[in-house]
Amino acid sequence: MAQLDIADLTAGYGGTPILRGVSLSVARGEVVSLIGRSGSGKSTLLRSVIGLTPPTGGSVALQGTPIDYASRRSLRWLRDRVAIVFQQFNLFQNLTALDNVAVAPVQVQKRPRGEVRDEAAALLGRVGLGDRLGAYPEQLSGGQQQRVAIARALALHPAVLLLDEVTSALDPELVGEVLDVIGDLAGDGITMLVVSHEMGFVREVSTRVAFMAEGRIAELAAPATLFAAPQDPRAQDFLARVVR
Amino acid sequence: MMLLSSLLSEMPRFFGYYNLLLLGQAFLTTLALSVSGCVSGFCAGLALAVLRRAPSRALLPLRWLAMLFIEAFRRIPFLVTLMLVFFVTQAMGLDIALFTIAVVAIFLIAAAFTAEIIRAGFNAVPAAQWQAAAVMNFGYLATLRLIVLPHALRSALPPAIAYLVMLIKDTALASQIGVLELTQAARSLTSRGYSAELVYATILILYFAISYPLARMGRWLEKRHGAARHR
Repeated sequence: MAQLDIADLTAGYGGTPILRGVSLSVARGEVVSLIGRSGSGKSTLLRSVIGLTPPTGGSVALQGTPIDYASRRSLRWLRDRVAIVFQQFNLFQNLTALDNVAVAPVQVQKRPRGEVRDEAAALLGRVGLGDRLGAYPEQLSGGQQQRVAIARALALHPAVLLLDEVTSALDPELVGEVLDVIGDLAGDGITMLVVSHEMGFVREVSTRVAFMAEGRIAELAAPATLFAAPQDPRAQDFLARVVR
Repeated sequence: MMLLSSLLSEMPRFFGYYNLLLLGQAFLTTLALSVSGCVSGFCAGLALAVLRRAPSRALLPLRWLAMLFIEAFRRIPFLVTLMLVFFVTQAMGLDIALFTIAVVAIFLIAAAFTAEIIRAGFNAVPAAQWQAAAVMNFGYLATLRLIVLPHALRSALPPAIAYLVMLIKDTALASQIGVLELTQAARSLTSRGYSAELVYATILILYFAISYPLARMGRWLEKRHGAARHR
């Protein structure tokens, strides 16, 4: 059974269609990367799956359970199991790094505070921020903030982790530290759906790569295949421009 | 020079026991009007702002009422609100103290205005913060309490306080329905023959004594907000 089953999904903003029928099945432990030009619908796909841009058609099933995006209960169930990391980190500015990671497990999942804080500290240690637990977001670099955001998502023990261009807002010298953390997670067998422009990284960590164009998946293949011999002419063109 | 010497000679009589008693009582009444009206108004304004943004569909009729209330009372002059409360309670045959009527009128106005100020504070919180909370399954009230209010109140408090300082000056209108607050006391003292210059200079100092500390607090909060803008 697939962890995440997306079938013929459509979505858009204010009548403008962005997704025009996306189907994708992600198996447990798989890392599927979404690549393509800006505006091809990669980020919208992630936002639709988690209900920030509610789908207008098609279906999403998580671990075999279909999601009803109009039902708050169904959406809650989904968001208990799927976490997203945003391009702009979106850390809570009024909370320390530790509290950013611990707040949802304590306040939403009602887990014991002591246990959660220990785990949060361990997670921050894992992303290399064990010495910055008490720092506020504004005191951290972009790369550090993004690593806190990843720890925050992991603290929810998601079945599926969505990463939305997590390095695009970072200065070039900070990209590596974030990609290292994600590569580490991929090695641990966390199911991930990743939007990225870092082709070297995509090639290295993905089990499969989906090339998106005009709101559809134009080509889906193992990274070695897709990067070496893309079939779709738009994929050929795109890869010729970005991979040198 | 003539004025000054005549005022000086009037002072001992003016600051006699009974006048001081009257001024003290009026001072406390103005203070009580301001504090009770502003505090209750601020709380109600917060509640209205929270209600107005509530996502629940069941609350839709209440949301409409809240909006109607806010839009109406922001557009009515305070004196009119005061008269409205006064005559409505009279017509209903309620035996309510004039002081209470004035407090209710201040409460209504303060609630409507602070609701609007706090709403602006909510809007100042980036949408991304709301979204981050939403995808982590925070409910509306938890999002407010943990994420949005700490952020929104910091930016809404200075304008809210500036508004409340203005409202203190408006409490003078309570004299129109006969509440014995500072302005009414001034009127009563001048009609007893004390010179208006002396009386109103004294009243001025007493108003200042109430509003200045609040204004200072507002400035202090603003400065603190500036120092920790992103917290």
